Amino acid sequence: MARKVFVLGEIRDQFLRNVSFEALAAGKIISEGGEVVAGLIGENVRTLANDMIYYGADRVVIVEDEKLKYYSPDGYSQAVMAIIDSEKPDAIIFGHTALGKDLSPKIAAKLNAGLISDATAVEIVGGNVVFTRPIYSGKAFEKKIITDGIIFATVRPNNIPPLEKNESRSGEVASISVEIKDLRTIVREVVQNAAEGVDLSEAKVIVAGGRGVKSAEGFEPLKELASVLGGAVGASRGACDANYCDYSLQIGQTGKVVTPDLYIACGISGAIQHLAGMSNSKVIVAINKDPEANIFNVADYGIVGDLFEVVPMLTEEFKKLKIHSS
Amino acid sequence: MNIFVLMKRTFDTEEKILIENGSISEDDAEFIINPYDEYAIEEALQLKEAHGGEVTVVTVGSEESEKELRTALAMGCDKAVLINIEEDLEDGDQFTTAKILYEFLKDKEADIILAGNVAIDGGSGQVGPRLAELLDIPYVTTITNIEIDGKNVKIVRDVEGDSEIIETTLPLLVTAQQGLNEPRYPSLPGIMKAKKKPLEELELDDLDLEEEDVMPKTKTLEIYLPPKKEAGKILQGELQDQVKELVSLLRSEAKVI
Repeated sequence: MARKVFVLGEIRDQFLRNVSFEALAAGKIISEGGEVVAGLIGENVRTLANDMIYYGADRVVIVEDEKLKYYSPDGYSQAVMAIIDSEKPDAIIFGHTALGKDLSPKIAAKLNAGLISDATAVEIVGGNVVFTRPIYSGKAFEKKIITDGIIFATVRPNNIPPLEKNESRSGEVASISVEIKDLRTIVREVVQNAAEGVDLSEAKVIVAGGRGVKSAEGFEPLKELASVLGGAVGASRGACDANYCDYSLQIGQTGKVVTPDLYIACGISGAIQHLAGMSNSKVIVAINKDPEANIFNVADYGIVGDLFEVVPMLTEEFKKLKIHSS
Repeated sequence: MNIFVLMKRTFDTEEKILIENGSISEDDAEFIINPYDEYAIEEALQLKEAHGGEVTVVTVGSEESEKELRTALAMGCDKAVLINIEEDLEDGDQFTTAKILYEFLKDKEADIILAGNVAIDGGSGQVGPRLAELLDIPYVTTITNIEIDGKNVKIVRDVEGDSEIIETTLPLLVTAQQGLNEPRYPSLPGIMKAKKKPLEELELDDLDLEEEDVMPKTKTLEIYLPPKKEAGKILQGELQDQVKELVSLLRSEAKVI
């Protein structure tokens, strides 16, 4: 059954986030040959519209307003509802990001609709759109469908592969004007603190530290390794509880759930609560002094040794690799 | 201040998950207050201590949730409400829960409603914002700080590691992020007092709801465990050689670099 799918693109620091393209790929599957309409919302977004088309959108609808410079549930829901009212899609896909998590339930409530959050895969089975999503922070999975009304889901970053960029594609970019008003929450300021560069939820490589890192300074070699690999730094709950780092870096059942291509666990014992947050990573490397550490049970590759010896060596090796390949 | 906290009973974070007859086995599992809801309860108690008023903790669940409600009362909440759906509903989803909570809260004139930003079992994080929309009040999710001055509210919101400073007003719904506070443990006198505090039990009937009003919009077809990982390769030899081998394996075998 051909479906019209509305996909919300997401912008961060003037660029489209990757999850926008992944959401388009999900939209394409759900559309079954129907139309994929992308939406872009912000202060100044028109220049990004073509990228949405190159990655699979047939058309783009934009809503621009200075009141949309920062995300707010009221402002963005007014813009999204205007797009939904004019396009009347059969399905809606957002990224499962801070923005998508915050906005999608509000839209679902407005539409009196079901919502499947945090999907990691989508397929068509016997005419149904079936979403796969982790539950119990990835300790189990469920397959789920919408049984009534519009199909609505958010997709977890880093899981659904985007379509290949095709710059020969073209499509209409239309703007609709919406009066953005009565914002009940106002963003006064954004303080960029923890994320030095790469965002944990979208990082392809994560170097994470546990209690074995021993101090805040102990994270320095991990940061260096992450920076050589273009990755992000994460931490176990133990490291956060011990004040070695900020809670925003915590990976686990409480904390963030991540699925990078490469996860390097340094001095992390591998408590169930931590594994729940990272065990679905594509490749896991464990570095730990204790050969009995539970983390080795989920690791693809393990080195038994002192992280303060191993991590700097790894950094040097990767640096050499970079010089060779560049 | 009229303060409400939404609470969910969940599996302990250290529990292993077993599947029996297509659903998660609850036999012998330890249950706890959803950890993010504990932050919400603690913040509610701190708001009461600073501004006066009353804290009511609410859950939608079954008879078993009484234990976690008593824990919340022992922490210091004044009243508890259990909306017991066990006999009325076979299945529910976030639409269901939000609708039920809305029917309960619509005439309660809450100044602030606090909840966890996500429950660690279902992990959808929908109920808070859905409820705020139904009640037509503003909401802020994943908060790490809140200051209330009269009707004016200043919030710090965690956005994937960055912080947004947000201004808004009461009535309001907020969801708690880790780092908001350090939840207290129930004290012994608290536990004794909790036994005498009011715990009201309601069913759909009491909220003038019929089963069809809250029928879920989604359906779970299947629950399964992730494929077991094969044991990995522990590298051997001199540390320097292990590091070289690892880099080469990541390039040629795993192809992630």
